[in-house]
Amino acid sequence: MALSRREIDVLIKSVSLTRPDEVTCDECLNDLAEFAEHFLEGKSISESLRAVEHHLAICAECQEEYQLLLTALQSEK
Amino acid sequence: MNETNESWLKRLKATGSVRDDALSALRDVLMSRLRKTFPSQTGVDEAVLEDVSQEALIKTLDNLDQFQGKSQFTTWATTIAVHAALTELRRRRWKDVSLDQTLDDAARGTDHAVDTSAGPQVEVERKALVEAMYQIIDTELTDKQRTALLAELKGMPLEEIGRRMGSNRNAIYKLTHDARKRLRQHLEAAGYTVADLQSA
Repeated sequence: MALSRREIDVLIKSVSLTRPDEVTCDECLNDLAEFAEHFLEGKSISESLRAVEHHLAICAECQEEYQLLLTALQSEK
Repeated sequence: MNETNESWLKRLKATGSVRDDALSALRDVLMSRLRKTFPSQTGVDEAVLEDVSQEALIKTLDNLDQFQGKSQFTTWATTIAVHAALTELRRRRWKDVSLDQTLDDAARGTDHAVDTSAGPQVEVERKALVEAMYQIIDTELTDKQRTALLAELKGMPLEEIGRRMGSNRNAIYKLTHDARKRLRQHLEAAGYTVADLQSA
C-alpha cells in the first residue's frame, strides 16, 4: 500500500477524532441549516449540534456542503 | 420582509395558485443563492442550476413534514439545494473513474508517507505508525471496509463509492466509521495513544 503524506495525515487525524458513536451524513445534513445559522449568528451550540460539528471535522463532503451553504447564506448579507 | 416559516409551510401545503406562487418564490430564492454559490467557472451552468433547483423543490416538498422549524425555512431548503448541486457535480467529475482504478492508485502509488526533511526521531516514529496502520488495514478490516476507506482517502466522494458498491453515502460513511474504529482499537492495543496520533 502506498498513500501520500497528505492522505496519511488525513487518516491519522480522522482516526484520532473517531468516536464510538458518530452521526451519519444524513443526520448531519438534517441539522446543517440550524448549525449554519448558529455559526452565522455567533450563538453557542447544543449537544446535538456538537455531534454535527464533530462530523464536519471528519467528513470532507459534508464539510464542503457546509462551506457552500455558508457562502450561499452570506451572499445576501 | 422575510416570510415566516409558518407562512412558507401554509402556502406550500395549499393548492392552486397559492401553492404555485410559493413554489415560484422558493425557486427564485434557491436560484439566486445557487448562482452566487456556484459561479459559472465552477462548471455549473444555468441549465444545471435549473435542474438542481427543480430537484431541490421536489425534495423540499416531499420532506415538508420533516422540517422541524429549527432554522429558517429557506436555509433548510438551501441545504437541500446545495446538496443536490454538489451530488451532481461530484457525479460528473467522477463518472469516468472506476473503483478498481482508484484502489490501484492506493496500492501502487509512490509512497510519500515519510518526509526525510523532518527530524529523524519523529520520522522513525511516524514510519512505525504508518506501517502499523497499513498492517491493520491489510489484515483487520473487512474487504468492504478497506475498499471504502482507501477510496475515500483517494478522494472519491462517498456517494460515488456507494454508487459503485451498490450502496449509498450513509452506508459508506458507516463502513468507514467502522474501519476507523477498528484502526483505533488496534493502534491502542499496540500502545499508541491519541496524543501519539495527534503528534505524528
